[in-house]
Amino acid sequence: MATQTERLTDIGPPDFHQFLHPLIKKNYGQWKYHETLAPGVLCHVAESGDRIYTVRCGWPRLVSLHRVRFIAELADKYCGGYLRFTSRNNVEFLLDNPENIEPLKKDLAAAGFPVGGTNNSISNIVHTQGWVHCHSSATDASGIVKSVMDVLCDRFTHENLPAKLRIALACCLNMCGAVHCSDIAILGIHRRPPRVMHDTLNKVCEIPNVIASCPTGAIRSATYEGKPSVEVIEEQCMFCANCYTVCPAMPLNDPENDGLSIWVGGKVSNARSEPRFSKLAIPFIPNNPPRWPEVVDAVVNIVDVYARNARKYERVGEWIDRIGWPRFFELTGIPFTRYHIDDFRYAGLTFARSTHIRF
Amino acid sequence: MPDEKKKTPLLDELEKGPWPSFVKDIKAAAETQPMAEDLLGQLELSYKDKISHWKHGGIVGVMGYGGGVIGRYSDVPEQFPNVSHFHTMRVNMPSGWFYTSDVLRKICDIWEKHGSGLFNFHGSTGDIILLGTKTDELEPTFSELTHLGFDLGGSGSVMRTPSACVGKARCEWACYDTMGMCNEITHTYQDELHRPPFPYKFKFKFSGCPNDCVASIARADLSIIGTWKDDIQQDDAAVAQYAADGVDIQKDVCDHCPTKCMSWDGKQLKINNRECVRCMHCINVLPKALRPGKEKGATVLIGAKAPILQGAQLSSVLIPFVPADEILDTLKELVSRIWDFWGEYGNNRERVGELIQRMGMATFLDAIGLDPVPEMVSAPRDNPYIFFRKEDEVPEPEEGAGEPKQK
Ligand code: SF4
Ligand code: SF4
Ligand code: SF4
Ligand code: SF4
Repeated sequence: MATQTERLTDIGPPDFHQFLHPLIKKNYGQWKYHETLAPGVLCHVAESGDRIYTVRCGWPRLVSLHRVRFIAELADKYCGGYLRFTSRNNVEFLLDNPENIEPLKKDLAAAGFPVGGTNNSISNIVHTQGWVHCHSSATDASGIVKSVMDVLCDRFTHENLPAKLRIALACCLNMCGAVHCSDIAILGIHRRPPRVMHDTLNKVCEIPNVIASCPTGAIRSATYEGKPSVEVIEEQCMFCANCYTVCPAMPLNDPENDGLSIWVGGKVSNARSEPRFSKLAIPFIPNNPPRWPEVVDAVVNIVDVYARNARKYERVGEWIDRIGWPRFFELTGIPFTRYHIDDFRYAGLTFARSTHIRF
Repeated sequence: MPDEKKKTPLLDELEKGPWPSFVKDIKAAAETQPMAEDLLGQLELSYKDKISHWKHGGIVGVMGYGGGVIGRYSDVPEQFPNVSHFHTMRVNMPSGWFYTSDVLRKICDIWEKHGSGLFNFHGSTGDIILLGTKTDELEPTFSELTHLGFDLGGSGSVMRTPSACVGKARCEWACYDTMGMCNEITHTYQDELHRPPFPYKFKFKFSGCPNDCVASIARADLSIIGTWKDDIQQDDAAVAQYAADGVDIQKDVCDHCPTKCMSWDGKQLKINNRECVRCMHCINVLPKALRPGKEKGATVLIGAKAPILQGAQLSSVLIPFVPADEILDTLKELVSRIWDFWGEYGNNRERVGELIQRMGMATFLDAIGLDPVPEMVSAPRDNPYIFFRKEDEVPEPEEGAGEPKQK
């Protein structure tokens, strides 16, 4: 046993087996089928006949130790202390006694945790750090997510959509959350080129690295008041902030020019159609904290139009496959602009190369 | 002045509404943690100014590691001294994100003592994020975490913390042991996780079936997605029961099959398994009646990434099928070759998927010793610009070798 003073390194994550509910340990790899008992409540049945019940609730990704201790208490009260988290920031309580489901749900409701996120609902939004903890963010993350989910909460607690709907948010093109394959992606973007801080650049950055960092070759070396520095060919900049990642003396952040873009129709699952990227729906919405009403309205509009028009099992992208992009823009009322036509590498792949046009 | 600091009219708006509020959590933590109080103040300022008040990161960490801590400094430290440095620690989660209440409480106790009392459960890559502490607190926090059995996750040009779907722990569709594999790979490559050896980041993600619940195909340099080779297991009585219960087998199942390999005559569901692409739709709709086959394993795909630098990519097929009991050895063999090639030819900040784009998949396959197979492409090339290799060229006859043979 290591003493408290011995320095341990490279021990890796703890073995997960010690955290598994005894029923899960016993039936590991022996599950037969599952049923949904209610939105957010699943029952998995093992070959042995054992049943494990899952109650799933949403919570903010950013939580305090008080909230963590609270769910730990609930887990003790209802399921022997066993719980897990999903890849979309939901909490799952794992119960062997179905009689505990309703009391647990009651306690969760009283504490303001929505239960749901299963099947044809909107699950919790995966998101990034935003102004809470990142330097390159073009927007906040938690605040927009909270504002959107406040309005879409009923779609979390009910399974009333044609298919599941996955929303993700990233606060810059780095996309820590890799939002690029979501039914609806909210993406922070910059819109003005980096401001070169000539006084410090040479001291804090390697100039060749800065030049090499730019995917479009928009940065070239320059001399500023006798000091080596760089300049940006502004027409060639697409505001990816890669130079800023490499060099702090190239900031892009700007209160009036930073904002959000909305992308639609991506998916990662292989079910029916192949996985695919989300495509641009709205190129720019200005930041409007604390509640970003324009972003919320845009997302809710797309969700509502989809819910009204898609057929059962059609994900957003599959629905658009059927109706076509012109109709998508018409139904949602989103204007189609020059920015919707790709002009980066492989741009031609998204041009319409047939006369298949719906009128 | 302290009262002045507490006023957060913009953030207060985010305490309203039915969805649980992170602002309430920051406020709750602020009751005891001064860092959380200043975080709240600085965030309010960001909401007012519409800009981040964090400076570009700095290099901080624990002794002997080159990652796992994200350095963060405030650009308004005079106003919010308690977050003048506010570094985040990434803690490698247990596979499948399973916990007991007991261990969660112990993590809370550590973070109450040493940090802001705020977390992300979980960060984008899957780690537990301990959100913000001072430089001096990093080593003591690390020490307590390791003695609890936890270690730091990855950041920078390392193997990032691998993640896995719930798999065999609670999903009947898992075609291999995702959580076991994730745990095994993470432990095998602790050095690559903690000490940056690569041109850029490298991610593994383990999904048990083509539903891909951890977005492996969109996010992982190496995507390991469960699948099966034989026929879908079919329980005809259960299909009939679904039909009797009102499921429209034709419309809800057969009509959505991407290869139209299913038929339903009102009594019998028939699947032409040779044409099934293992998409999961029919199994998702009829979980009691249909299940993946018995010959289980995984497809290994390579190269997914977000847009930075050259544009986003999805992973593409590298090995169509590896039997479940061979996945681990195959992966170990494969990554050592991939990492060698990438280490030798990769540019700074070039993901392996971008390297493959730049140098060509065929060159990459040669380098790692894999034969090309048609499952790797959606179609063969449609341009005739073929880089024939020198060794495939018929050489000029050598001087004095005589006339070409005539019939
Ligand atoms: S997406 Fe960009 S801004 Fe947001 S946390 Fe990641 S790197 Fe920072
Ligand atoms: S933001 Fe991107 S495109 Fe613009 S100069 Fe920097 S690296 Fe180049
Ligand atoms: S990826 Fe497949 S096996 Fe894994 S949890 Fe999702 S549905 Fe189950
Ligand atoms: S798994 Fe997909 S492709 Fe295969 S039979 Fe079912 S619906 Fe068709």
